[in-house]
Amino acid sequence: MIEQIQQPWPWYVAGIIIGLIVPALLILGNKSFGISSNLRHVCAACFPANIKFFKYDWKKEIWNFFFVGGIFLGAFLANHYLMTNAPIEVNPALQTELAQYGITNYNYMLPSELFSFEALFTLRGFIMMVLGGFLVGFGTRYAGGCTSGHSIMGLSNLQWPSLVATICFMAGGFFMANIILPWILSL
Amino acid sequence: MNNEKVQNIDSNTACVNASEQTHPGWYNLKYTLVGILFGIVFVKAEIISWFRIQEMFRLQSFHMYGVIGTAVVVGAISVFLIKKFNVKTIHGEVIKIADKEFNKGQIYGGLLFGFGWAITGACPGPLFAHIGAGFYAVLVVILSAIAGTWTYGYFQEKLPH
Repeated sequence: MIEQIQQPWPWYVAGIIIGLIVPALLILGNKSFGISSNLRHVCAACFPANIKFFKYDWKKEIWNFFFVGGIFLGAFLANHYLMTNAPIEVNPALQTELAQYGITNYNYMLPSELFSFEALFTLRGFIMMVLGGFLVGFGTRYAGGCTSGHSIMGLSNLQWPSLVATICFMAGGFFMANIILPWILSL
Repeated sequence: MNNEKVQNIDSNTACVNASEQTHPGWYNLKYTLVGILFGIVFVKAEIISWFRIQEMFRLQSFHMYGVIGTAVVVGAISVFLIKKFNVKTIHGEVIKIADKEFNKGQIYGGLLFGFGWAITGACPGPLFAHIGAGFYAVLVVILSAIAGTWTYGYFQEKLPH
């Protein structure tokens, strides 16, 4: 049993558990699943700067900080107690592609060549961490939600604007990963 | 843009707190428990892995499609059952889910988030899980995401919606 838990979990186990978070949050307190709103609540709490978009009672949304705190704790627990030291298995075609850019470390879930404090002082690392993060924060709020709020919660509630958003998430991702990212990685 | 439209976008982008009841602060710990389960799944199913996201956007693996697809099916069945049987919350409230209203932000913002997703290999949830899993440098990515959200708020009324 413990050995099974230490192996990477299959997609259907993860999918079922994540899907059940939708009714869990609704039944526990009428909360719609969504994570990117936290970024807005941080702005509203710390830097509202008299901007209309950040003038609301963020304390009413405090449950979302508790939820994200749980994500942090869960990741900590899983990383400390439920992992093996096996490297991440990656599709050979992707390995070949990444090797061209000097990315060969598969010991961690994030390539240390791109996401580390050392990488921050390289041009491509700076672009990936700083510009990438900016696009995530700007884009999710502009779209009114992220993978959880639109793709899972919105689609579960059969909202067609969420389908539009999800299609655009995927289209943007395909374009970036296949057309632009190779250029960034070669910097 | 008229005021009413801004109002709509506002309610659309806010995480709507449908509950009208007030509870002591520690009641929120129930959401922490759900979050812990989510965080464990994020790590154990390698959803927070940059490599899994790259495989997804290159059609080199079914994994992420399986995760998101299954989650949507389970979520949709759950919402259907909640509505059909008029399920109440544990505090006896009627469950309300706000509709998503369409605006062009879902297209422009959706594409921009897609770019960021492919670069960082993470949507907002996994970013928080990265910190828990010990990738402290991702704090830079989160701060940058907060700056991005703030910038959106600053320019919101000037952006096409």
